[in-house]
Amino acid sequence: MKAFSYVDAANEKDALASLGTERNQVLAIGGGMDLLGMMKDYLVQPVRLVNVKRLDATIARTPDGGLRIGSAVRLIDLIEHADARRMYPALVELAEQVGTPQIRNAGTVGGNLNQRPRCWYFRNEEFHCLKKGGATCFSVNGENQFHAIFGEGPCHIVHPSNLAVACLAYGATFRLAGPSGAREVEAEQYFQMPDHNLYAENVLQPNELLTHVTLPAPMAGLKSAAYEVRFKQAHDWPLAFATAALVMEGQTVKSARIVMGAVAPVPWRANEAERALAGKTLSEETAGRAALAAVQGAQPMSRNAYKVRVARTAVTRAILKAGGMKVV
Amino acid sequence: MAPKDETRSELDERSGVSRRFFLKTVGAGGVAASVIDGLQEALPHAQEAGTAAAPAAIGPGPVPITLNVNGQRLSLKVEPRTTLLDALRNHAGQTGNKRVCDRGSCGACTMIIDGRTRYACSTLAIEAQGHDIRSIEGLAKGTVLHPVQQAFAEADGMMCGFCTPGFVMSAVALLEKNPHPTVEEAKRALDGNICRCGTYVRVLEAALKTKGVARG
Repeated sequence: MKAFSYVDAANEKDALASLGTERNQVLAIGGGMDLLGMMKDYLVQPVRLVNVKRLDATIARTPDGGLRIGSAVRLIDLIEHADARRMYPALVELAEQVGTPQIRNAGTVGGNLNQRPRCWYFRNEEFHCLKKGGATCFSVNGENQFHAIFGEGPCHIVHPSNLAVACLAYGATFRLAGPSGAREVEAEQYFQMPDHNLYAENVLQPNELLTHVTLPAPMAGLKSAAYEVRFKQAHDWPLAFATAALVMEGQTVKSARIVMGAVAPVPWRANEAERALAGKTLSEETAGRAALAAVQGAQPMSRNAYKVRVARTAVTRAILKAGGMKVV
Repeated sequence: MAPKDETRSELDERSGVSRRFFLKTVGAGGVAASVIDGLQEALPHAQEAGTAAAPAAIGPGPVPITLNVNGQRLSLKVEPRTTLLDALRNHAGQTGNKRVCDRGSCGACTMIIDGRTRYACSTLAIEAQGHDIRSIEGLAKGTVLHPVQQAFAEADGMMCGFCTPGFVMSAVALLEKNPHPTVEEAKRALDGNICRCGTYVRVLEAALKTKGVARG
């Protein structure tokens, strides 16, 4: 990788003072699991890295009974946090599925949310793709078996973060700190489609830091779960997955939030599935109908039509798992 | 195109003076260091001005660091971009842990930092300061193998052996926390390591048959 200078920021103020306004020139390093790989492949060549591991790395109760997670919290610490697991099981289960033990021991919550896409054209130094300022999305006429089945392009990545999907399902907000103060952004508003922002996957500016994820207190009757469909159990990303957060009254679903992952350039909220489920008695049939509604608008590419079925299965099983029912 | 990193030359091991011999005898010493020091002088400092309030940046040239490796203090001079793995292999002559994929994918570089397994190829040396680092070199006591190493030998848990140091470190980290893992627990703990020869069955057998692992 290209040589760079290094700032070991003691706190948020120091870290912010070290950032710049030009994209990819000064970058924050958390666990470095994604960033160092990008740098070794010359996909980004920052002149300076700013260590943000000394920023808030705690998981704290909020006054309203939710949790506030510092971006510097490592995945392993989230996984081992008893309150987080009890309150937001889908989030913790997804964290457990990330990469490998070594990656979970180093990787941070902020890093997971802000990691760059795994599209093999984007990751290959030799392909000057749309996202890297080129003129072509090579996936359109290329090897697109793991690409998006939702969205109009022009870039067809799937968002790589699985925590992001749970954050949407639980209605999390992100705190973004910048030179002129901090702002709170809903997880759903944080991630951006490529037709809005081709060169980044979210609204974070080069001189800002994502410092905290705040999860609201679980509503009474909240039952949630995640279900991933994977080709490999480790060292890989899911083919498609889903998180279901259901507010239940007995066996009746009062309201639901269903979010799919690895199917679109952002975590993909399935509003149709949520509507299909609301007011219904939870069963294999109602879950299946909601899942069918979830993939209704899918527009698969030449080699990924199979993902529609996979996503549908993931949604069905996430709903059943959330409701405490047998997952077939 | 930007120059590729320093250790591409690892691929080049021919007859005569071997790369390892050369690095061990010269690389860590004065010659390389003084050349790099010279380069550092020539680097422009303008980009490092930053804002007045910004804390000081170090590098991009070599900076002094102190690592705590296998209970010993190690003082080195490396660039901020140098990984923990390269720092130990190329600057301290500790070539036990291997550099294979260099992307945090294969696990051959696995070390234990503060009790947890980490990819040393994807950890900056500068960021490993102040932490308790354990590499494969720290396991054997003289000629007496660590119980995990002994179990690997007895179970024949290796073929070409290149992945072995990483697997051993992952097994050590597991067994120090959980001396009697189930098969599933052991598999999961070894998830981050790959053996391209495919001797997973024997590796798992070694991890499961190891007795008497305690941090010592």
